[in-house]
Amino acid sequence: MSDFAWLVPTILTVVSASTPLLLAAMGELVVEKSGVLNLGVEGMMLVGAIAAFATGVSTGSWLLAILAGALGGLVMALLFGALTLSLLANQVATGLALTIFGVGLSALIGAGFVGVPFPGLPKLAIPGISDMPVLGPLLFAHDALVYFSLAAVAGVSWFLFRTKAGLVLRAVGENQEAGHSIGYPVIGIRYLAVMFGGAMGGLGGAYLSLAHTPMWVENMTAGRGWIALALVVFAAWKPGRALLGAYMFGGITILQLHAQGIGLEVPSQLLSMLPYLATILVLVLISKDSARVRLNAPACLGKVFHPAA
Amino acid sequence: MKVSKFLAYFAAVVAVGAAAMPAGDAGAQDRIKVGFVYVGPVGDHGWTYRHDIGRQAIEEALGDRVETSFVESVKEGPDAERVIRQMAASGHDLVFTTSFGFMNPTVKVAKTFPKVMFEHATGYKRASNVSTYMARFYEGRYIAGVIAGKMTESNTIGYIGSFPIPEVVRGINSFVQGMHSVNPDGQVRVVWVNSWYDPGKEGDAAKALIDQGADIILQHTDSPAPLQVAEARGVFGVGQASDMVKFAPRAQLTAIVDNWDGYYVARAKAVLEGSWESGDTWGGLDSGMVEMVAYNEEAIPADVVELAKKTEAAIRSGELHPFTGPIVDQDGNERVAAGETLSDEELLKMDWYVKGVLDKLPN
Repeated sequence: MSDFAWLVPTILTVVSASTPLLLAAMGELVVEKSGVLNLGVEGMMLVGAIAAFATGVSTGSWLLAILAGALGGLVMALLFGALTLSLLANQVATGLALTIFGVGLSALIGAGFVGVPFPGLPKLAIPGISDMPVLGPLLFAHDALVYFSLAAVAGVSWFLFRTKAGLVLRAVGENQEAGHSIGYPVIGIRYLAVMFGGAMGGLGGAYLSLAHTPMWVENMTAGRGWIALALVVFAAWKPGRALLGAYMFGGITILQLHAQGIGLEVPSQLLSMLPYLATILVLVLISKDSARVRLNAPACLGKVFHPAA
Repeated sequence: MKVSKFLAYFAAVVAVGAAAMPAGDAGAQDRIKVGFVYVGPVGDHGWTYRHDIGRQAIEEALGDRVETSFVESVKEGPDAERVIRQMAASGHDLVFTTSFGFMNPTVKVAKTFPKVMFEHATGYKRASNVSTYMARFYEGRYIAGVIAGKMTESNTIGYIGSFPIPEVVRGINSFVQGMHSVNPDGQVRVVWVNSWYDPGKEGDAAKALIDQGADIILQHTDSPAPLQVAEARGVFGVGQASDMVKFAPRAQLTAIVDNWDGYYVARAKAVLEGSWESGDTWGGLDSGMVEMVAYNEEAIPADVVELAKKTEAAIRSGELHPFTGPIVDQDGNERVAAGETLSDEELLKMDWYVKGVLDKLPN
């Protein structure tokens, strides 16, 4: 075995560990840009995970499973939207409740699906090209959700900063009263953003239960929703930096596991801290101009919108 | 039952503890309330799952005379104390706390509730109303070591650890002792995930170990993810705490199963009868607290199955002890002289590796 034979499978593992974070972070980024803080990412991911897994097992179709994952997250997000946008509940409290609710709901739905085998998402291989040494498996043999997550970064970036709809969404996040006064449907726009965030969170969960570890066990997200939330802030609400953050976090998580396996004489607790430390450090460094970061943070983030008239 | 389980579940999730009930009339124990504090979800199909089977065994055995409740997924830390206190304050007569990290909170709460009996799993601090209990899982790991030693082709075993505490270190050492009894060249690579339960990370650790040449994966974490990775990658694994064959029908060689049923029923009965006393129980294969589930005869050659069963019988009868010398640690120092056996006390604070472990413990 050549010295670098481990490299390709390792990078594939990194991609697999990073994708759920990236999907959920992309969704939350759009939500926050519209001025809404949804702390329920973990709960939406869990419901997405079980919805996808249950559908995959019942129908045998991975495409339906992915759609069900998005739908599961979206329904949870609608619940959040109804409470915070229509009934004007506190966003922080509602988001936390959504996570707690998602943990319980997914466990309840999933009770009958523990230990049921599922083959996992197929790799979308291109005959010929995917068989190339090194580059083939690295670039052309992932499953659909990996490609989708990368496309989502480009898509979100383009939408937010290159389209009129994106500009309107950001405007509503910056100054809800001004947006309202010139006639934008603030609540409607935020509903759409929250639903998008829910669907993406659901997809992140679906990736865990369909591809990363194709199975259902309770609470299988194990805190990834919170990491996705943190990534959005540390990435200063920029899609490209969220991509960097997600892959750094996933990459260092996997590399520290490898370092331990090799027998590197560094305390494992320190290595376990590394992904968090390094990701925070890098993202803080590249956003060190605090004035610009404040410019990126949506000014109305988390504020309840109560139209005056 | 369904409703009470759901209520208990709700309590767990919202973490408000069980509904308050006036404290029962102590002394006259016609009916007792037994509470459980779990570190993971009951659906983990591993450690917590087996404790919950034990809880159900109490209900089955004592029927109307007992009421049980549980709070699951309780974090080891300040949260644990609050949950345990809530349990004690809400009229429970007997409280089981089932993770090492619940030790200090359990002892602390026990001081303020002298009439409530506590049972703490895997710890070493006791009081007049705090007992400790544990199973000799390491006996099962010795047998797993014998099987792995015979079956490994790369002589590299991957071992996924939770936290570097004596319980886990002892398991690794016992495994190596078993492996070296049949294959002195076998080595163990250890990856700590610093969590008892994180399916994604446990799976990633298994992938990393397999990428580094491990062809058998052991785990001391609670989810079936590592076994599932073993199944997918065409290597083998050993189930942890409960039979995980559903997740890896080909890859699971055997599973080291905890069986708390007998102990839990006996302790609940003792409280009912008023005969409960603080003590320390450490049961192994002979007591039934540790069980080896059916060896996978499709995967393991017949003579190795034979050998494993023989080893199991020898440990059960006391003829074989996994930690009988000579034992040399990884720095080459002789830790146990030939013919001698480590005492339980030494086993309980084990903080060194035997030779053959490719890992360093933090000092």
